Amino acid sequence: MIEMQDLSFGYRGGGALLSNMTLSLPAGSFHFLTGPSGSGKTTFLRLCYADLLPSAGRLTAFGHDVSGLSRDGIAMLRRKIGVLHQDAQFLDHLPVAENIALPLTVAGQPVDMQALKDLLGWVSMSGHARAVPPALSGGERQRAALARAVIMSPDMVMADEPTGNLDWDMSMRLLQLLVELNRSGKTIMVATHDMDLIRAARQMDVQARVLRISGQRVQLAGADL
Amino acid sequence: MKTDLRQVDWRSLWRGLIGRDSGGTSRIVPPTGFTAQLTLLTAGAMAFLAVFALALSFATGRLADRWSQSLAQTLTIRVSAPSDEIEAQTGTVMAILKQTPGIAEARMMPVDEVEQLLTPWFGPDVPVEALPIPRLIEVTESGDDFDAEGLSLRLAAEAPGAVLDDHTRWRQPLVSAANRLRMLGIVSLALIAAAGAAMMMLAAQSSLAANGQVIRVLRLIGARDVTIAQAFVRRFTRRAAAGALGGTLLGMLGIALLPGMDQAGGFLTGLSFQGWGWLWPLLIPIVAACVGFFATRWAALRMLRAVP
Repeated sequence: MIEMQDLSFGYRGGGALLSNMTLSLPAGSFHFLTGPSGSGKTTFLRLCYADLLPSAGRLTAFGHDVSGLSRDGIAMLRRKIGVLHQDAQFLDHLPVAENIALPLTVAGQPVDMQALKDLLGWVSMSGHARAVPPALSGGERQRAALARAVIMSPDMVMADEPTGNLDWDMSMRLLQLLVELNRSGKTIMVATHDMDLIRAARQMDVQARVLRISGQRVQLAGADL
Repeated sequence: MKTDLRQVDWRSLWRGLIGRDSGGTSRIVPPTGFTAQLTLLTAGAMAFLAVFALALSFATGRLADRWSQSLAQTLTIRVSAPSDEIEAQTGTVMAILKQTPGIAEARMMPVDEVEQLLTPWFGPDVPVEALPIPRLIEVTESGDDFDAEGLSLRLAAEAPGAVLDDHTRWRQPLVSAANRLRMLGIVSLALIAAAGAAMMMLAAQSSLAANGQVIRVLRLIGARDVTIAQAFVRRFTRRAAAGALGGTLLGMLGIALLPGMDQAGGFLTGLSFQGWGWLWPLLIPIVAACVGFFATRWAALRMLRAVP
């Protein structure tokens, strides 16, 4: 699904942040990505959904070399990858339900209202459908962002520190939703520095692997969960 | 730019103006009250000016045609000679005119009529009748076979005191001035369209810059540049059309309320549309919508592509 071959990346004016990474993320897998702050976790995810392009090497997503994709091609790639950020951003002038349906709107696809209601129920946001994003708490924003990330039924969901602003109970609720998605066949990648979250995943009986970014490279961190 | 034109979905222009936004795409752009009012006002002001520029073009066009037509078919022969020769030379001229092809009518103006023409120049106190007044013969052409140059040469040979004036000397500058005024009106229309396009581009860029978060969110969820641009384009196209329609109607009302054309001030009071000509200004909102559409689209796509 995602393959990296000798991939390196460095921001303009800075040194290499990631070097010679070779990695494969198979379909249906669940990965945690860990590492200290500034190690390049967010950069790794941005490379995967083509928000950044490799400085060297090759990154293939869904069979396409991302460096050769047109701008429209990159947009199409992002429709296959749902992305969840720590600071989930929305269009603040639109109600939550419209924000969640936004990927369908911009793709020109009709919104199935029943499916939207079901999705709101799945993330426990049925009561907030008409609220505007600024009125939501941190946990509600993350769950709404997760609903938006999956409404197009993407093949992969990437979450960047999704529980960074959440209390433990809400973090567990969100992790549970990600595990449910993985069980339904989605590929999941969660970047986090919260080891408790990774340990909690053990209790949920999920086949997850832990990747650690260290010294500009990605390493498999110990045994599978 | 070529790519932009290839990507233009002409139906989207029509849908953007008339059709319902069934997908709600245009709602992705936050409503911006002040910018919206400013765009409407700008489009309205430009359309208002365009109506007057259009009226000026039409009025000067009519003026040029009128001057050209009314003077092109007439000429004057002035006979100045000593008093003992003037009657003979006038008779010779009239005889020549009768033999000259292409002349419909030759009328010698009575002396009192000539004196009336001269009175304004000399004032009421000068006894015009005491002056050696030339004879004036008014000639009306009948067709294309009239040869002014040949007539002039023949008059010089047979009636040396006769001078042919075919009005070209002062008619041409007047017609030329009217034509230049018409061109000025057309150039003004082009400048108004260009200024309107520039303002729409600036407004669109400002709107895009102010909506950075919206664009980031849309890109993250897989929106194509053209989809993002279209949301802005749709809004600006509608604003341009609505503002221009208001400005056009006000401009037409202003033109309609101008005093009617009369003999005392034929040019200035003739700044109006006539008959079916009143339909021409109604094209202004359509042109404004097209200008808004292409200017906003170009500016939006250019700006979006500049951002990685």
